[in-house]
Amino acid sequence: MKKSIASLLLGTALAVTTAGAAFAQDKAVKIGALSDQSGLYADLGGPGSTLAAQMAVEDSGLGAKGWKIDIISGDHQNKPDIGTAIARQWFDVDKVDIIVDVPNSGVALAVNNVVKEKNGVYINSGAATSDLTNAQCSPNTVHWTYDTYMLAHTTGQALVKAGGDTWFFLTADYAFGAALERDTTAVVTANGGKVVGGVKHPLNTPDFSSFLLQAQASKAKIIGLANAGGDTTNTIKQAAEFGIGKGGQKLAALLLFLTDVKAIGLETAQGLNFTETFYWDMNDKTRAFSKRFSEKMKNGAMPTMVQAGVYAGVRHYLKALEALGGNPHDGVKVVEKMKSMPTEDDLFGKGEIQPNGRTIHNAYLFEVKKPSESKGPWDFYKLVGTVPGDQAFTPLSESKCALLKK
Amino acid sequence: MQALYAQLLVGLINGSFYALLSLGLAVIFGMLNIINFAHGALYMMGAFAAYFLLNVGGISYWWALLLAPIIVGIFGMILERTMLKFLTGLDHLYGLLLTFGIALIVQGVFQNYFGSSGLPYAIPDQLKGGMNLGFMFLPIYRGWVVVFSLVVCLGTWFLIEKTRLGAYLRAATENPTLVRAFGINVPRMITLTYGLGVGLAALAGVLSAPINQVRPLMGADLIIVVFAVVVIGGMGSIMGSIITGFALGVIEGLTKYFYPEASNTVVFVLMVLVLLVKPTGLTGRAA
Repeated sequence: MKKSIASLLLGTALAVTTAGAAFAQDKAVKIGALSDQSGLYADLGGPGSTLAAQMAVEDSGLGAKGWKIDIISGDHQNKPDIGTAIARQWFDVDKVDIIVDVPNSGVALAVNNVVKEKNGVYINSGAATSDLTNAQCSPNTVHWTYDTYMLAHTTGQALVKAGGDTWFFLTADYAFGAALERDTTAVVTANGGKVVGGVKHPLNTPDFSSFLLQAQASKAKIIGLANAGGDTTNTIKQAAEFGIGKGGQKLAALLLFLTDVKAIGLETAQGLNFTETFYWDMNDKTRAFSKRFSEKMKNGAMPTMVQAGVYAGVRHYLKALEALGGNPHDGVKVVEKMKSMPTEDDLFGKGEIQPNGRTIHNAYLFEVKKPSESKGPWDFYKLVGTVPGDQAFTPLSESKCALLKK
Repeated sequence: MQALYAQLLVGLINGSFYALLSLGLAVIFGMLNIINFAHGALYMMGAFAAYFLLNVGGISYWWALLLAPIIVGIFGMILERTMLKFLTGLDHLYGLLLTFGIALIVQGVFQNYFGSSGLPYAIPDQLKGGMNLGFMFLPIYRGWVVVFSLVVCLGTWFLIEKTRLGAYLRAATENPTLVRAFGINVPRMITLTYGLGVGLAALAGVLSAPINQVRPLMGADLIIVVFAVVVIGGMGSIMGSIITGFALGVIEGLTKYFYPEASNTVVFVLMVLVLLVKPTGLTGRAA
């Protein structure tokens, strides 16, 4: 099993040995950043998420207050068995307190169970499935950044209301694609639209032409892309090649990340509508963070919303620990504390964590700029609309989370 | 029925890549007896070469079709001269491990600098757009890929099977010592052959750059399928690998239509079936 370990030791913490041994132990924290480090989701999470966690630790200033916070990272390779094996080893051997990021809903749901069993803390930023705070919610889990319900009720709803009432889905054949298709279908039918068909494609498919032809033949007005990362970029590029936009059909990129737009290029991506909860160029605070982040990335990349979510999640986690006065090494207790405090950070603004573990913050509808409108290498989005958090995410009344039935 | 024609054609397009790549593998295996696991990485390097020729040198796609295979081919020949040649006569396993290691290193280096989502490469202006065939909208670029790779495949087959140079090559694999006695520089010929096989991979890389993303792992995703193609066609058989390449593209295309969930495994199911019935591959001869 590959396990790259990037550990960060806060040098200042070393100096603080004056405190008693028991006391010092209380202020030790180990964070595990579990992600796809080299596959199709590596750019939207991956090493950038580890960096975001490190920056969160540095910015928290806890090192100067006697805390010793280590970060290790692991590569789940988009395989649930590898993801859970790493998680188990982290809890059992490495004494990790918290696992962050974990893109890929299949892996995310599997790890969710391990964290609950080991009573750790789980701040998921990378995975999309709304099940994490719904049917499979856990007292140890906080789901930051986004989910399939939010994507369906923002991008999906906007398209149906604009007249896109027949849909054909291209769906990644695993937990995430299924959840996104399910949530979007619900929105489409609730708004009077109809789903006329769909194809389930294997994860990480290089060629979509066959599926695109089927979508074309369906005559649906909207081709909904219930996939992500490299799969989405390939679909969009190849759809342009097959003249799908010109034929009157519209692509709905239900989930699109900054790095995807970079990979597709503005020439092909321009005009796409989609939703994110973070963009680097929103205000002075996001720009300042992103500039620092980008300077530390090997390829100079700006942070994606997933990486921003890791940063904000770890910041909030550390705030909760500080409020508790030490690390109780008890996941449920820490997550309860996190839920009791309103969230506020430079990247997502003010928000809250609901009893089911869902973090609520604004969601933003963006449109990809034309090449002529872009002023820099990462200047891609224009803001079209803002959806307040309570409208974007699952209302508690609709949540099937067992934690709500107390 | 119309949808079926379209799927057949789309399958043929993917088959072109399988054919070009498996042809390169077959040439290298047939002449050097090396299982070239670095093939996918070299294919990826071809696409990156095209990207840099365009974005750094301002050199068009058309020149890239010529230059990228030469550049990557030279890289391949350096590999052969500095490492692979020492494996002559050893078990296949050594070559496989060495080239696999090279592939991992090359991919790792590219991934370190370019991330995993890749870089965009536009379709050249002359090949933009498409035509309506009645049963489908065929992007002109895809049509070009099929025609061009067919020509290249047949050209390579002709070179090796029908020309004097090809005859020397085949003779050199059969009995290098004897061929050297006739005054032919066998080591140099072997190096050039490896360069040719690598060049074919790079050429496929350039062809695929406008269709797929130029990604560090583009080859790693494809190479396993291509190896299955080579195994089905019969290791080292030139014509076998060309025909199987196209045929499997079509079969995979049909699977995408009838049962899309299985489209990335169908090739391997076929491989198992072929190995059960005819272990030397469809066109292979028993050793």
